[in-house]
Amino acid sequence: MSDTPAGSRPSTTETGTIAVKRGLAEMLKGGVIMDVVDAEQAKIAEDAGAVAVMALERVPADIRRDGGVARMSDPEMIEGIKAAVTIPVMAKARIGHFVEAQILEALGVDYVDESEVLTPADEAHHIDKWAFTVPFVCGATNLGEALRRISEGACMIRSKGEAGTGNVVEAVRHLRSITGDIRKITQADPAELFHWAKQLQAPLPLVQEIHGTGKLPVPLFCAGGLAIPADAALAMQLGAEAVFVGSGIFKSDEPARRAKAIVEATTHFSDPAILAKVSRGLGAAMPGLEISTLEQTYADRGW
Amino acid sequence: MPVKVGLLALQGAVGRHAEALAACGAAPVEVRTADQLAAVDALVLPGGESTTISMLLESSGLAETLAARLADGMPAFGTCAGMILLAGTVLDGRPDQRSFDAIDVTVQRNAFGRQVDSFEADLDVAGLDDEPFHAVFIRAPVVTAVGDGVAVLARIDGRPVLCRQGVVFVSAFHPELTPDLRLHRLFLDTAFGNAKEN
Repeated sequence: MSDTPAGSRPSTTETGTIAVKRGLAEMLKGGVIMDVVDAEQAKIAEDAGAVAVMALERVPADIRRDGGVARMSDPEMIEGIKAAVTIPVMAKARIGHFVEAQILEALGVDYVDESEVLTPADEAHHIDKWAFTVPFVCGATNLGEALRRISEGACMIRSKGEAGTGNVVEAVRHLRSITGDIRKITQADPAELFHWAKQLQAPLPLVQEIHGTGKLPVPLFCAGGLAIPADAALAMQLGAEAVFVGSGIFKSDEPARRAKAIVEATTHFSDPAILAKVSRGLGAAMPGLEISTLEQTYADRGW
Repeated sequence: MPVKVGLLALQGAVGRHAEALAACGAAPVEVRTADQLAAVDALVLPGGESTTISMLLESSGLAETLAARLADGMPAFGTCAGMILLAGTVLDGRPDQRSFDAIDVTVQRNAFGRQVDSFEADLDVAGLDDEPFHAVFIRAPVVTAVGDGVAVLARIDGRPVLCRQGVVFVSAFHPELTPDLRLHRLFLDTAFGNAKEN
């Protein structure tokens, strides 16, 4: 076969569009995004099959233990992680701290997580995410919160769970709340959608879109408290399209093996025989915390 | 019977390809095991992270079956990460990253930069002469060299982004993210003629 004549570069290209921003979230589906605090952990995560890494100074379990104000990571540390891996690198900005987000965009991170794990910078306003070229992921505990974040420009939603606890119960609660309300809206009479929008404190057009499509306008991932392969598969079976694992990997005995097992469990989430195989002999998981004993629940941050 | 088109569902943008294939009259089937792979007429390798998919192909016991079926002439369409997996040679990959040499091209990963550089553009595609194809590029790879048997169907900046060799198609961009079905149709028509119509 010979070389067929083909066109050359078109005159215009567009960056930072909705298709491009939501598109990267599509590419991460079925994958595991892992919290890492240095280049060495980032390499371990990539070796284990992570689809992306989240660069942060302390994993949530340590933020919880140490207390104090948690902020954006040092750019030098983010640069080091970017240089160490070929997969996308995400980083966290405080809720409402649009300057941290501007800095992360300037650093060339691939996704910004406006995260309740860091100490909020604004108690009324989240970041206007439409103003950025870099896409954003935001946490949500329920559908109304998810739709408010999407109306502000978030291109991926993660159910919040309770970060740093190794306890999956809050992740399950939030995921079930979001997917349950989506199912109810899908079944609702169109005349009831106005009330749904009011009740959820969410824009009516987004509620109407869900009524038509039966899903969020952006990918729905799960985060907060996942510690073992079965937790990841549980989230996937409950309707998450990918998972974030934070403290669960690098606060366990054998991070590399556990990370790989969680990746395999996320892919084969509906195959119990494979889940049984990959769950074997992983050493001790992170210890885990009862939600009722927490001094601070991060999931309550965000408005 | 509509043709059974497998969708490599280890990781990545599987759902949108399934919708496009179904809209073209094919029967999309998710593939996660060697048995499932053995039972399909063609395979679409979606976008995602090529390093992750490569690792999962090995750990899920799919790699040898995939290599054998591609060597045997199974039609395949790889988009973005899928293009990297089907390529002969991969630049800027991980040393342990596998590619299956189903098309004689050299591919460079993340060739256009990071996510903030991801873009949309209209492409002139050879064979789709009515109007340009609107393409979405996300942390996209590019083809840096093609062998004699490879047709370059579209370029950007003079660099190949859509290629075909026999019944194997690769694109650096994501035809599944736009409603335009022409490339999925072109793949199915090339591989199966009108058989897909049933």
